[in-house]
Amino acid sequence: MIMRSEILKIAALHLKPLLLVLSLIVLYRGHNEPGGGFVGGLLAGTAFVLHGMAFGAECTKKLPLVKPFLLIGLGLMFSLLSGFIVVLFGNDMFMQGLWINIPIPGITELKLGTPLLFDIGVYLVVAGMLMLVMLSIMEED
Amino acid sequence: MKLLYLLISLYVLAFAAPFINQYLRRFSGWILSIIPLLVFAFFITKISYISAGEIVTEKYAWISFIGLNLSFTLDGLSLLFALLVTGIGGLILIYAGYYMRTYEKTSRFFGYLVFFMASMLGLVLSSNLIGLFVFWELTSISSFLLIGFKHEKPEARDAALQALLITGLGGLALLAGFVLLSIPYGTFEIAEMIANPSLLSESRIFIPALALILIGAFTKSAIFPFHFWLPGAMQAPSPVSAFLHSATMVKAGIFLLARLNPLMDWSELWFYSLSIFGAATMFVGAWFSIAQTDIKKILAYTTVSALGTLVLLIGTNTTYSMNAFLIFLLVHAFYKATLFMMAGNIEKKTGTREMGFLGNLHVYMPVATIIMLLALLSMSGLPPMLGFIGKELIYEASVNAPGAAPFILVMGFFANTFMVFVSARMAFDIFWGDKIRYSRKPTEPDVSLLTGPGLLVLLSLFLGLYPNVIENSLVTPALKAISPGTETISLKIWHGFNLVLMLSAITILLGVILFVYKDKTLQFANFINLKYFRARFSKTFFSLIAGFLNFTKKKTAFIQHGYHRFYLMTIFLAASALVWYMIARVPFTPVQIEDLRTIPLFYFGVTALIVIAAMATILAKSRLIAFISVGLVGFGIAIIFITFSGVDLAITMIMVETLMVILGAMVVYHLPKYLDFSETRSRIRDAIIAIVFGSFMTTLVIKTGSLSPHDKISDFFSLNSYPLAYGKNIVNVILVDFRSLDTMGEITVLALAAIGIYALLKVKLKPGE
Repeated sequence: MIMRSEILKIAALHLKPLLLVLSLIVLYRGHNEPGGGFVGGLLAGTAFVLHGMAFGAECTKKLPLVKPFLLIGLGLMFSLLSGFIVVLFGNDMFMQGLWINIPIPGITELKLGTPLLFDIGVYLVVAGMLMLVMLSIMEED
Repeated sequence: MKLLYLLISLYVLAFAAPFINQYLRRFSGWILSIIPLLVFAFFITKISYISAGEIVTEKYAWISFIGLNLSFTLDGLSLLFALLVTGIGGLILIYAGYYMRTYEKTSRFFGYLVFFMASMLGLVLSSNLIGLFVFWELTSISSFLLIGFKHEKPEARDAALQALLITGLGGLALLAGFVLLSIPYGTFEIAEMIANPSLLSESRIFIPALALILIGAFTKSAIFPFHFWLPGAMQAPSPVSAFLHSATMVKAGIFLLARLNPLMDWSELWFYSLSIFGAATMFVGAWFSIAQTDIKKILAYTTVSALGTLVLLIGTNTTYSMNAFLIFLLVHAFYKATLFMMAGNIEKKTGTREMGFLGNLHVYMPVATIIMLLALLSMSGLPPMLGFIGKELIYEASVNAPGAAPFILVMGFFANTFMVFVSARMAFDIFWGDKIRYSRKPTEPDVSLLTGPGLLVLLSLFLGLYPNVIENSLVTPALKAISPGTETISLKIWHGFNLVLMLSAITILLGVILFVYKDKTLQFANFINLKYFRARFSKTFFSLIAGFLNFTKKKTAFIQHGYHRFYLMTIFLAASALVWYMIARVPFTPVQIEDLRTIPLFYFGVTALIVIAAMATILAKSRLIAFISVGLVGFGIAIIFITFSGVDLAITMIMVETLMVILGAMVVYHLPKYLDFSETRSRIRDAIIAIVFGSFMTTLVIKTGSLSPHDKISDFFSLNSYPLAYGKNIVNVILVDFRSLDTMGEITVLALAAIGIYALLKVKLKPGE
């Protein structure tokens, strides 16, 4: 389903990177404020759905980031890995959270933890799923 | 050297084996055997330590918050088995290195074989029931891969599946039995249980636990009525049969019975079940071995018989029987591994395993003939082999068995007679007998193929002549482990003229007579088999499996009918029924309906929007409008979420609803025009279901509001979210930290669903499919 609209095309071109950045922000802030991997993943997927509506699924599938199977696989791997990292560090509770703080001088400190890695996994799976399903259906036209 | 490191080194070797095999094709067998033989040497050096009455124990925290440890112990029993596993394993690898050359994809074969060896070693060293169970299952899986190695043959696949299903079933029973055992003790450590058997005898779980553990042990060790998978497993290449199906894996069940004997030896039920099933298996195996024509099948049935004998010996529970058990265990491992390897050699050199096509081989392979004859002597229990001592002890045990002596003695006598017959038949018909014209002249098997069998048979001969070597070093400590307080019997070949010697003589005489009238014997055996054993166990098993598959197909066709609307209906109705039942059970507390005026006007607006949109969906004349209206309902709900500060839910809801509308719009293209095709009757039915479901949701929500449980789970989350998980967004913390395992399950489902949808859309059916 291609909407032959120049307005949509230009909007999609500019909105796609914006949406992607927004999805990353939503992903990161999720731990303390509304957001998270699921919504982030939906946003990222939507960016490509929008692109597909404007330019056609064939065109979107050629974009460098559109590798749904890879994304889903990586996502599942990250989630699983986040559970095992803790085990490797001597704590025997599978999937217990493990955090480190990396101070960025002058500005703030970056909090990284295995739950974030887990959330990235969720993000990738959701985004990949959305791409796979939506683009497949769009291609039917 | 820690036991754990030995295990790890073998597992590492298992993963390295494919590469070693690929790059060092010619010598891979010899090189792969280095580590197992080193481990064997380590266990040899431990003999003096263990025979001094010491025990090595190791314990590693595994999952400590549920009190699960990985613990190992090296006592007399596990030492004996460890020596068998690594020693015979090393020899088998040398043999297999040459034997498997003509096969394809041998790299993975060696991986499986070493993996099995490591798991088997782990099994015999484990002193924690859960650890033991894990290794137990690993041996089942590697056995499956090895039996099915020639997977292009359907018979091999069937045999592998059969072995896996039977041992897998037994494994499940075993796990349940272990869990039951742990209930009175509160631990899975075997040593702690054995220290206090009375706790088990006072517990109600004893009989079910016993039954389940026996099922586990019997399936693994091919004890009647589960014996039939072992002859089927002869589809495996000969090194596998020689290792797994003679000396090691099938002995796992025997090992477990011996290990648990001190825990159960107060129970008559334990001994009766072992004696009865053991004696039956001993006889059945020996009987079926008579009429077989395939060398490996003959050996498989004699193995079944030997396994039955071992179980019977534990069940007899006398000084003689316990001694006989340990000696016969060694004897059988030696001669049976030898015979299986030689069977492989014969097949390799002549191209057949059928007795009818073999004969006169002593001309072509004199060394192989000598090795095979010595092993057969041991099997038929003739001096000067260790097998003779083993058989004498078994007779001694049967003669002295309390209670059931006549029964056991008769069964044992016939089993041994058949064994003599089978050994004589193999010796004469293969190596002498008819002068067969071979299409290719058979030659002496190569050095690598004879090293293993030769060494084992020499050991058997040596121990037959000097049995005292193992008396104090191996038998005494092992006795201490399986049956504390039992004395070691001094082993010797010559016992003087007594009842036992007379029995031996009659056995051999009768066996020889049977062989002299070979044709008559075989005719008789075939006649009986055809008349009374038409229903083959293996066939029955497969028809049971086929029946089960058929049943599940019908059941699936009934439940998974493929109509989405009926799925939804089922879900709605079932959920309504269950929850209505629960709601009815909770006493009704009248809900104080607040003064409507206190509710902000805003909510009336949103609620009106939702209701109108819902009505529009039902009444819509086109699909697109219906989709948009449903979306509107979702947005209305999202707005309500926002006002209750459920921002996370609201964002997600809006995203999902938006995508749903887009998706709907895309799908609408492909659907037929919106016709009013549902009849009035089905509309009324749907309306009723909808009302039932909707009213139950409403009631549920109202009721939940009126209940005030003591501990709200949300309180825990809001209290602990930041201190424990360093996150202020509770919803997110629940998703990625507190309940991350659930989330992981959900995203896995999501991924599978995505792949399923992709497959549905991309796989185009041809017309008519």
